[in-house]
Amino acid sequence: MKQCPEHVVEYMHEYLDGDISQQHEKELRTHLKSCDTCKEHMNELTNVVAFIKSAAAISVPAGFTTNVMHRIPMKPRALKGVQRFLRRHPMLVAAVVFLILMSATLFSSFNNSQQFSVTKAPGLIVEGETVTVPVGETIKSDLVVENGNLVVEGNVEGDVTVVNGKYMASTANVTGNVEEINESFEWLWYSIKNGVKKLFSTAD
Amino acid sequence: MDPLINKRIKQVLKGDQSAYADIVSLYQQSLHQVCYRMLGNKEEAEDAAQEAFIKAYIHLHTYDQKRKFSTWLYRIATNLCIDRIRKKKPDYYLDAEVPGTEGLDMYSQLAVDELLPEEELERMELQERIQYEISRLPDKYRAVIILKYIEELPLQEISDILDIPLGTVKTRVHRGREALRKQLGDL
Repeated sequence: MKQCPEHVVEYMHEYLDGDISQQHEKELRTHLKSCDTCKEHMNELTNVVAFIKSAAAISVPAGFTTNVMHRIPMKPRALKGVQRFLRRHPMLVAAVVFLILMSATLFSSFNNSQQFSVTKAPGLIVEGETVTVPVGETIKSDLVVENGNLVVEGNVEGDVTVVNGKYMASTANVTGNVEEINESFEWLWYSIKNGVKKLFSTAD
Repeated sequence: MDPLINKRIKQVLKGDQSAYADIVSLYQQSLHQVCYRMLGNKEEAEDAAQEAFIKAYIHLHTYDQKRKFSTWLYRIATNLCIDRIRKKKPDYYLDAEVPGTEGLDMYSQLAVDELLPEEELERMELQERIQYEISRLPDKYRAVIILKYIEELPLQEISDILDIPLGTVKTRVHRGREALRKQLGDL
């Protein structure tokens, strides 16, 4: 028995799929005429198709639709515009949530910490909500006053920051930067700057 | 796409649950048929087809209306059936020794319902025989043969339903046909 070319079976399937080229079909037909084994193979495949296609339609059980409708959950899960938007942009949502939470903590620390506070340093005079650096006194550290006023009459060897208050100086001598913070936004900026500075100073 | 179906889908999405009944009755025949051919059991087929419709209902908002609805439904149903077939498969090892016996492994317990003797096959009615031969096909080929020859879907659509390349669908159809040819032998 001579060996049939392998592609003949391939062509048979192309033929059965209905996407055989004219040339392949011609080749297949010529081969089938001359080869009984392949002709038999082709017949069997055609029979297989006919056999499977003769499967009768199975009727749907009575009351199928009603049963499905009974089983579906009561509330349809239709998504409204907002929900759909949230579902489609998870990163955006995460970023927004993060920002909201972040700013909330910062703003609340601005608004809630209404009580007066001051960096402790020897030589400072505190009267009510006014902090005074007396004449002739030298503070050798940074000075932060929250929710109070600062009057500098002596010397400060460091930065001065006043939050929610007034900085008053006459003949003051401050070696560092002087900052006065009265707006939430500035407070935010100050907190961030401070945070970064702390980060670097601990890294050192 | 089918404007009526799209209209019904929009109604369901807007909260009109009863519009879904039309969708079910339109596709119940096809889905039930596919499930039956895949699973080979009427009760299980009904349950699977119902589950497919319920799943489709729950996830209706994810359906892309630019695509064919039936393709999406078929996909849900075939995935569900393939899952069920896998779960039905025994999860014990065939090589394991049967407890209480000596040298008797699971292979010896298996053969009985896998292959029927010749004379029994001959007594089978045609319809019974068709389902028997389909159920003997490996799942990979079974799905494509059912979609191609019982649902008579184009190969491209089968590729969309099963989410496999067109070339793979063709190969599976070819191998499925060859497998059936060998199974049928002298029919």
